[in-house]
Amino acid sequence: MGDFTMPSLGADMEAGTIAQWLVKPGDEVHRGGIVAVVETEKSTMEVEIFESGVIDELLVHEGESVPVGTVLAHVTTRTAEAVTAAPPPPPPSGPLPPPVVSPVVRRLAERSGVDLAVLSGSGLGGTVTRADVERAAQPTGDEGARPEWALGRAGPRSSPLARRLAAELGVDLSALRGSGPHGSVVERDVRLAVEVRPDETPPAPVAPEDRQAAMRRAIGALMARSKREIPHYYLSTTIDLTAPAAWLEQTNLERPITGRLIMSVLLLKATALAVKAVPEMNGFMGGGTFASSEAVHVGVAVSLRTGGVIAPAIHNVDQLTLDELMTGLKDLVGRARTGVLRTSEMSDPTITVTNLGELGVETVFGVIYPPQVALVGFGRVTERAWARDGMLGVHPCVTATLSADHRVSDGHRGGRFLAEIDRLLQEPGKL
Amino acid sequence: MVTYREAMRQAIREALTRDDRAFLMGEDVGRYGGCYAVSLGLLEEFGPERIRDTPLSESAFVGAGIGAALNGMRPIVEIMTVNFSLLALDQIVNNAATLSYMSGGQFNVPLVIRMTTGAGRQLGAQHSHSLEGWYAHIPGLRALAPATLEDARGMLWPALQDPDPVIIFEHGTLYNIEGELADDAGPVDINTAAVRRPGDDVTIITYGGTMRTGLGAAEQLAGSGVSAEVIDLRCLRPLDTATIVSSVARTHRAVIVDEGWRTGSLAAEVSARIMEEVFYDLDAPVARVCSAEVPMPYAKHLEDAAIPQVADVVAAVQMLGG
Repeated sequence: MGDFTMPSLGADMEAGTIAQWLVKPGDEVHRGGIVAVVETEKSTMEVEIFESGVIDELLVHEGESVPVGTVLAHVTTRTAEAVTAAPPPPPPSGPLPPPVVSPVVRRLAERSGVDLAVLSGSGLGGTVTRADVERAAQPTGDEGARPEWALGRAGPRSSPLARRLAAELGVDLSALRGSGPHGSVVERDVRLAVEVRPDETPPAPVAPEDRQAAMRRAIGALMARSKREIPHYYLSTTIDLTAPAAWLEQTNLERPITGRLIMSVLLLKATALAVKAVPEMNGFMGGGTFASSEAVHVGVAVSLRTGGVIAPAIHNVDQLTLDELMTGLKDLVGRARTGVLRTSEMSDPTITVTNLGELGVETVFGVIYPPQVALVGFGRVTERAWARDGMLGVHPCVTATLSADHRVSDGHRGGRFLAEIDRLLQEPGKL
Repeated sequence: MVTYREAMRQAIREALTRDDRAFLMGEDVGRYGGCYAVSLGLLEEFGPERIRDTPLSESAFVGAGIGAALNGMRPIVEIMTVNFSLLALDQIVNNAATLSYMSGGQFNVPLVIRMTTGAGRQLGAQHSHSLEGWYAHIPGLRALAPATLEDARGMLWPALQDPDPVIIFEHGTLYNIEGELADDAGPVDINTAAVRRPGDDVTIITYGGTMRTGLGAAEQLAGSGVSAEVIDLRCLRPLDTATIVSSVARTHRAVIVDEGWRTGSLAAEVSARIMEEVFYDLDAPVARVCSAEVPMPYAKHLEDAAIPQVADVVAAVQMLGG
């Protein structure tokens, strides 16, 4: 039995958060294999294990932060197993006795050209059995003898139709997350993956060194398609964040550090709720018609350290509590940055939010992510001189922008949408 | 308006009128008018030669029917319930179904056996089982399950024309259903399944007593935007595989509703055929809604819980959606 502990990933690291487990109990691990993604104050890293064996138990949940040295998982090691197993019988000394063989087996051995003298019997009292001879007669390498279809197949559970479609359309099933029964990948998952993939992007898999270039190319193709096809219109408004900021401060005072909320969570939730009032912001444009979506899956634009940006979805944001949303956001951003994200998460956002505030930008006018029809941008939260009720004061404010598809909505509705976000943010306790 | 029971009576009347070799026999079919009143009034109309009450011995009167059929008659034998038909299983499976094969086609058995099947009427375990699947297993038999007035009216005549023995299963809950039946309603085809409600998202496969359950579920599902196709198998042996698979190939999902027990059921056979024929069109595992694996309870609430209900079918369809 061995312990897998929270490693020190830097001299000043005191604690780390398990962003994601890449193994589960029962999985076999090998020395040097990546088993978890750990998030520190500074970065997110993949962590390897230094023992080979089988994962026995995971002791720390995803999202949990623990000090360096904390045992994260128990591992049953190979060597430990070998020690507990009964020692092999000592090799017999002197010349080997001739194997005991029945006439039937002798004839089978002759027919299949197996030398009985070199066989060790597995039967009673060392008897050579028919099975021993048949095994010896088989071509070497068990794995090689098995047909390709019997070797099993990696990847997620998927329906036969989904597999067939994926093969026809050149979609990598292992990159999809299933929405079907028992989490299986079904037809709609494959179709969604195809719909989102820009037709300009070559479907062929790219080598890792080309990945950055490929991503840049994909973003370029997608944005070019967006600008070519979608008649954008843009609106901007400044929202006074005094009420939500105060609420956030008060709420976070009562919480442990790990449970604290950030303003982005309120902004995301307000956006998700606002589409209820203006549903033409939420959904997909396909084949010239707009289909609004009942579910609100908010794509969150995440910039990658290696360059590029992706906008994977947090599902059903309108129905999540702020805590669930916070957890979901942390998880998603963590995974997006470590590249352990599944591309399917990019495939079903119904609206996207981009938040460039952390970089100090005040206003962002985004490009709509097809086939979506709207993108909401939030800039930096800054203190501004703000007049309210006839009084000039210093208020935390944010510039909210909307890029929306003119084929689906007009400026009037867009304005209503931004106003609704503002209204919702003024009552943060209700979010 | 006519009832299923009256439609069945019209069918018998037509058979006896059109073919003087045809006659009806069974327990209480004459004086009493039939246990389910299907043959009420036929004794007065056709006389005791052609509407014959039999002793309480299924093996004897089914055997007599086989003998009559071998000798050129067109017997319609009524067995009170599928449970009781087990007393005549030897006659049906070892004799009726085999003679044509064993004689190299020299002897046909143009016999029709009608029997009531199914639960839902609080008749207890010995009168309520659904053993259609057992008969659908036997080569040499044709098994029919009329679920509509048209089929109750129209299946008997072609069944009598079939040179081989045909079993007609009448679900006990259907006798009182009422509806319009065209005056000129007559023989129907007894080879194919029917699409009772077209749909695109899932195929609900039913027969006999479960057809209306399937339609009820489809109606309810339509309310939540799911378009369900409902198939009525009608002919349980030979199964119309083509209708089933062409539907499932389109909807990519299938739920089979069968009042028989799941284990070794007709539903299992249909499921296997779907897997064999349209596996690569399936977008979800085939689902089955069958009776609970218990002898059918007598108590109303337990019986209701034991047999497929609309809510069970709706739930099964929703499971397939993920």
